[in-house]
Amino acid sequence: MLIEVVNVVILALLAVTALAAVRLNDLFAVTMMFGIYSLLATIMFVVLDAIDVAFTEAAVGVGISTVLMLGTIGLVGRRARKVSHRPILPLIVVIITGAALVYGTLDMPRFTDPTAPVHQHLGPYFLNESPDQIGIPNVVTSILASYRGYDTLGELAVIFTAGIGVLGLLGLRRRKRPGHEGGAR
Amino acid sequence: MNDNPVLRIVAKIIIPMILLFALYVQFHGDYGPGGGFQAGVIFAAGFILYGLVFGTEALRSAVPPHILRIFIALGLVLYAGVGVTTLLMEADFLAYNALSQDPVAGQHLGIFLVELGVGITVGAVMITVFLGFAGRNDP
Repeated sequence: MLIEVVNVVILALLAVTALAAVRLNDLFAVTMMFGIYSLLATIMFVVLDAIDVAFTEAAVGVGISTVLMLGTIGLVGRRARKVSHRPILPLIVVIITGAALVYGTLDMPRFTDPTAPVHQHLGPYFLNESPDQIGIPNVVTSILASYRGYDTLGELAVIFTAGIGVLGLLGLRRRKRPGHEGGAR
Repeated sequence: MNDNPVLRIVAKIIIPMILLFALYVQFHGDYGPGGGFQAGVIFAAGFILYGLVFGTEALRSAVPPHILRIFIALGLVLYAGVGVTTLLMEADFLAYNALSQDPVAGQHLGIFLVELGVGITVGAVMITVFLGFAGRNDP
């Protein structure tokens, strides 16, 4: 009972934070809203017992991305430009897409349903076999680094690509030599 | 850059703790929550705090960009290199069992190296992205 109340409260706060982030005009406040959103998502993951995911969300969503967005605000200014037109068409597209996604979830097994396919085949296999096959206590690490090593390699390649993309777009400004005036920005 | 003494001293005290915690998360990921992704981000957070308080020029002297660029590639090369090594040992790509006589010890070694590769690349990319955004504002 208590867990349902916590879930409902957190989901309601997530919705409120998202709406506030959409409606606010001050980009600094929007960034703070995104930080709060990530923090609420972290709590959600802790409630769901997904500690590793919560850890990542706390470090990346709350920490680094907030700092990076603040750095971007430092470049572009903190006021959002007023939108002159009414975005009716995007609203319709978003509502239809959202309705399709909600319709898609109706086919999914109920939350915490023990007869769900995921709890019949792969879940028990990883939990039962990984102590003998891998021998480390954290099953998440076993799955991430060993059973699903290809996927993690792909994720790392994505981060690598993002890094060199930022390097290519923004560049790392060379340090100015002493006595050398100006220089390209 | 920032002349507030409280901020500077507190930053100097907690930056080593952040880096130490990142190393703990990196190497304790087999036993508790954590791993390369989180450790890389936390490690980068320590450097980013340094950059925020002491200025991006100081951060650039602490971690020169050309070294960062090497580390960005090094992590991915380490990860893929483990896979190539297992291939050369006549096993499947990233089949860590081949890394040692004892399959479980091979798994431990493989996971350790792979997580280290993830941590190196993630940390270097995060610091690079921060320098890319924050470094452009300097006069």
